[in-house]
Formats: sequence, C-alpha cells, structure tokens
Amino acid sequence: MIEAVFVMALGAVVLGAALGYASIKFKVEGDPLVEKIDAILPQTQCGQCGYPGCKPYAQAIAAGSAEINCCPPGGEEGIRKLADLLGREFKELSAEHGVEKAKSVAFIDENLCIGCTLCIQACPVDAIVGAAKQMHTIVATQCTGCELCLPPCPVDCIFMVPVAETVETWKWTYPIFEVKRAA
Amino acid sequence: MLKKLFTFNGGVKPDYHKGESNHLPIAEAPLPAELVIPLHQSIGGVPHPLVHAGDAVKKGQLIGGPDGNVSSAVHASTSGLVKAVEMRLMPHTSGLSAPCVVIDPDGRDEWIEHAPVPWRSMSPGEIRDALRDAGVVGLGGAVFPSHLKVNPGKAGHLDTLVINGAECEPFITCDDMQMRERPEGIVKGAAILRDLTQAKQVLIGIEDNKPEAVAAMQAAVERLKTERIEVVAVPTRYPAGGAKQLIRVLTGIEVPHGKRSTDYGLQCFNTGTAYAVWEALELGRPLISRIVTVAGNVATARNFEVRFGTPMQDVIALCQPRPDSDRVIMGGPMMGYRMPAATVPVVKATNCILVGSKALFPPPPPEMPCIRCGECAKACPVDLQPFEMYWFSKAKIFGKAQEYSLFDCIECGCCAYVCPSRIPLVDYYRYAKSEIWARENEKTAADTARSRYEFRLAREEREKTEKAARLAAKAAETKAKLAAQAAANSDSGNSEKVGAGETAAANPQALIAAALARAQEQKAAAHPENTEQLSPETQTEIVEIEARRAKLREFAKAAQPHEDQ
Repeated sequence: MIEAVFVMALGAVVLGAALGYASIKFKVEGDPLVEKIDAILPQTQCGQCGYPGCKPYAQAIAAGSAEINCCPPGGEEGIRKLADLLGREFKELSAEHGVEKAKSVAFIDENLCIGCTLCIQACPVDAIVGAAKQMHTIVATQCTGCELCLPPCPVDCIFMVPVAETVETWKWTYPIFEVKRAA
Repeated sequence: MLKKLFTFNGGVKPDYHKGESNHLPIAEAPLPAELVIPLHQSIGGVPHPLVHAGDAVKKGQLIGGPDGNVSSAVHASTSGLVKAVEMRLMPHTSGLSAPCVVIDPDGRDEWIEHAPVPWRSMSPGEIRDALRDAGVVGLGGAVFPSHLKVNPGKAGHLDTLVINGAECEPFITCDDMQMRERPEGIVKGAAILRDLTQAKQVLIGIEDNKPEAVAAMQAAVERLKTERIEVVAVPTRYPAGGAKQLIRVLTGIEVPHGKRSTDYGLQCFNTGTAYAVWEALELGRPLISRIVTVAGNVATARNFEVRFGTPMQDVIALCQPRPDSDRVIMGGPMMGYRMPAATVPVVKATNCILVGSKALFPPPPPEMPCIRCGECAKACPVDLQPFEMYWFSKAKIFGKAQEYSLFDCIECGCCAYVCPSRIPLVDYYRYAKSEIWARENEKTAADTARSRYEFRLAREEREKTEKAARLAAKAAETKAKLAAQAAANSDSGNSEKVGAGETAAANPQALIAAALARAQEQKAAAHPENTEQLSPETQTEIVEIEARRAKLREFAKAAQPHEDQ
C-alpha cells in the first residue's frame, strides 16, 4: 500500500517537474493568434478600422471585441482569410469603415507644397521626405496608400494616384473558356 | 569515338516543321522606317535612358545604361535621330506599354567607334562589366544577363561547359542556320567562355535532326584546332534544348530543386550567346541584332538578321504572309507568347516570329474534365506531377501547388500536348505562378510597412523619453544655478543661505526673472551677421549708414522735447 502511494507521488513529482521545465523552456512570447491575424492584415496602418494601427486591430480581433470585416484595404480576400483563420462566418465588408479601392500611392504636387511638415508627421511608415520650408516628396515604393497625409495638408497638394499595371506586375488571367452548346 | 549519352524522362515528339525555314540562307532584314527599342529587354533592372529626343545616335551607341549589376545595357541598332523616349507597346502578351527609345534611321547605318576588348589582360570583374555594357544576354529565349553566368563557381573552375544548340522547338531554325553559316564565331565564343569559366571541357549539344549544323560545327572545331571542345549530337526529343534537360543528356547529372548548376561544376549557354560573346569581346561590337526565324503561315519561311527595334510586321512582310493569318506568336508553338499586335518590335528574346492562322493552329477543342490518366506526368521532362499542380492551381490553392514544385515547371507544354482532355495546363501554371509572385510582393511590402511602422513608434517613444530627460536635466541645472546664486547673494548671512535657495527654487517668479536675464544677456551678446571679411567699399558704406543713423537719432532726440511741449 505505502509503496503504491510512494510510486504515484514520485510519478506526480517527476511529471510536474517535466511540465514545469517545459513551460519555461518552450514559453511562447506574446499572443501567437495576434501575430497570425497581424500577418493577414495589409499593414497600411490607415486606421480605417477605428483602431490606431493594424496591430491594435489584430489585438481587438483576437480579444473578440472587433468584427473581422472592418478592414477596407484588406478587402474581401482579407476577410475570407481571417474567417478561415478564426473559424468565424464570412461577412461583407462593413460600409461604415470604407470601401475597397485599387492600390494607390500618394503624390505631392511639388509646385504647391509649402513645406509645413504636417504630412511627414502624419505618415505612419515614414515614407515622406522633407524638412521645414523644404519641398516634400513621397517615397512611392514605401507608401502604403493609407491616405493619412491628405487631411493635415493645409494647401491640399497631396493626391492619390492609382498604381498602374506594368509589364513586370502584369498577371496571367485565370483560364476561362467560352461554353458553347454542342451542335 | 562515341560519347556515352544519358536521357531525361518524358518529352514529346511533335511535328518539327524545321525544313520550311532552313533551306534558305540567312538574309539581312532591311532598315525599317522607324526603330522602337524597348529599354527593358533582359531579366533584371530596367536600364535608364541615356539619350533624349533630338539626339543623334550612331549604330552601337549605348542608349540604355544598366541599372545595377542584374541588368544589361541596350544599344542603338542603327545610326539616326532619336525621335522620342516614350511608352510604346511591348512584345508581351499583356498588351501593355513600357519605355522605348524611338529612332528615326538616317540610312547611313554608321557604326560608333569600337575596338576589340583586350579581355585576355583584364580581370574577371572587368570582363563581366564589358559583357554587361555590351548588352550580352542569353539568346535562347530567357534573356538572362550573360555576365552573371560567366563565373567559374565556388570551386574556381567548371567541369563541363554546355553550349546549347539543341533548338528543340518546332518551326525555329535560327540557331541551326547560325551554326551552319557562322560556326567559327560560335566556336571562338565557346573557347572564350571556356577560358572565362575555367571549364575542363566544352560540350556543344546539337539535336541529331540538324546534321548539317553538326558537320559545320565539327569542321570549325577541327579547323580552329580549339582544345577541349567537342560537338555532340543528341537524340531529337522535345524539350532536349531545356538547359537542365541538355545537361542531363550530356553529363547524366540532374541538378536538383533549389540548386544552381554551377554547384555541380556545370554551366550552359546558347550557341547564339556564345557568338554574341565573341562579337562583343573580339570585335568590340555590342549586341544590336539577332537571327530571327519567320515561319508558320507564310509563303517563304526564312531566317533573318534583324536589328532590335524593327517592327515584327516589317520582317513578316518579307516572307509574304498568307491572307488568312490572324496572329503573331513570339517563340515557338509550344512555349511562345501571343503578341498583342504585329507592330511590336523585335527584341533580344525574339528567336522566332511565328505567324498563325486558324488552319495552322486550330482553336483548341473544349476542355474536358481531368480523368487522372497520368499521361502528363509521363510526359513531364522535369518529373513533376502536372495533374496535381493543375488541380491546385485551378482551385486557387497556391500553397499546395507550390508544394508540388510549381516553380520547377519550365512551361514546356509537354503535359498540355499529351492531355487527352485537352486541358490548357500551362495556362493554369502561368496563372498560378503570377498570382504567387504578386502575393509574395504584397507580403514583402506589408512586412516592410510593418517594420517601418514599428520603427516609427519606437522612434517616437525614444524621442519622447529623450525630451523628458533633457527637460529634467535642464530644470535641475537651473535649480542648482539659482541655489548657487542665492548662496552667493546671502554670503554675509549664513543662516539665510539655505532658505534663500529654497525660495528661489520654489518661487516661479524668480525662475522667470532668471530666464529673462539670460535672454537679455544673449541678446546683448548677439552681433550682426556677415560682418567678417568685408571689402573696403562695404566697410565705408556701413560707416556712412551708421553716420546717417547717428544723425537721425540726434534729430529724434532734439525733436522729442519739442513735440512734448
């Protein structure tokens, strides 16, 4: 009888120690779900979802306090991916947060720019180069098209220019064939 | 001596149609009325234009400078006047435009000064730069910049350099004709490549349906007495001209997924590329023209030496196209691309202009469901499972398609050729590949944006703490200074010292007074700018102005009491 208790107790101690060690050794930093959601979001940092960036929105989705259809730049495909990841039902993009647009980048009309630096402060990805009373310009390859630089501009010299398709970015279309009635 | 040859799995034997275009010698295509030379003609960066509208250019003049190392130069293919540097329709299925240099030929066809490159006394890096600046790219169709391949690899030497004269696609005979008519240039080019890559042996692989080319090349090798170069006839089976397929046939080595052929001491160049290397280094001529087969629905199919930028329709017109022609294909019937119009220019990738019609290439019968017969897997020369890749590409499950090595697919079209359900398999692979590329690019862009956003947040946080620290330090400094001042003021009464310091620190009024005093001090210390190194004239001018001012001040002083009264 006493041996059995001893053996069981020993087993409990060994397994407990192993589990305790594993929980330290293989500890996962942060919330992996947030990371996964964040990886799906388009990282425009535009705030159209009502959160101050993609990461906070990802955290809100993970916490269950936000819907998955609040991200216009991610579009329908983004919502489908989130729905797949989270096992939630697919929803249409919520209209109050905006509409899905073609990818575009900001463009500063350098004849109008007065060099106020307000857009530089607004840009979430530091894609605007310039200094006080110096002309500003957009680094087009870094611009996410979030449109956050538009409202602060006092002279309305920033426009959104859709990114044109080039020979390099052109995609083959899905093979579709005409369906004809057999004679 | 017969060389032991190996074989690759799969492949097909389509109708070759080669006899239609290889019975006439290579002719030179006449100068067109206008040359449209696209700046982007190779894999890699887009060359930047070096000429403007109105500039006079000579034949062989650099008009597009390479953008970085993975890029290749572009040259004017005749002398004349640059009409414009503008967007023109590209020889690309998309029907999109890209920057081109439009040249109005002056008819003199005058070469720019050029001289042989002393490559034997140059370092490998200098030779690579010379090849890049001569615009030499792979002329087999992939247009990969050749200077990047002229590399002996990690071991310092190659075992085998393969020169690819297999030319396996139906209708195309440009390499065949070049080997027949200009074998010495090719062999000399191969010898240069052999020396540059330190290759132990060079194998020139030619499909055995081109006996004239094999004979001509063998004769040239004997005549030139070049060492370690061997001409090998390989069995005719499409796609024996694929780089990896030809390497396997000649050496028995199968380069695995994700590895480079140089890791196995192998490298492969097209015969046309070898000729272009010889021209670039021994004659100092940049790549400005190539041999193009015009075949298909034409009365006399033939090969032409065509300057880059010549509109395809001009070359087609030389062969009398039949009236029912309805399409132009760049490349062969298996791997070629349909052109958006016949007006697009001939570029470095144009090995063949194939004129098509409904009679020659009847529209594909309707696609039937896949019956899992496995014929495509048997035909695949890369040993893939085309049906799996097809299902996943069709269902847009791209990750799975990639797991089945979609990117090892060379788009040779064997699977679609044998498919009994007539599924256009390659169309699905091309679609899936371009989707995956686009997603990959989007993902990289998102990752960059995320890291830049996070960096910005961190920077803002850092600036905030730095500012707070700076303010705190300044406040402490002022406090200490005031305390010291107070101590100095109350030197006589030691008992008051501590109290005065405390009140000064606590009293904002005192702080403000101190700040004002500092400001006054700074103002007094400030002196007019630009007063050093004055010329005597300016100095006298200043003295005069000061005198005037002094006078005015006196006037004002005199006037003031008067006004008061």
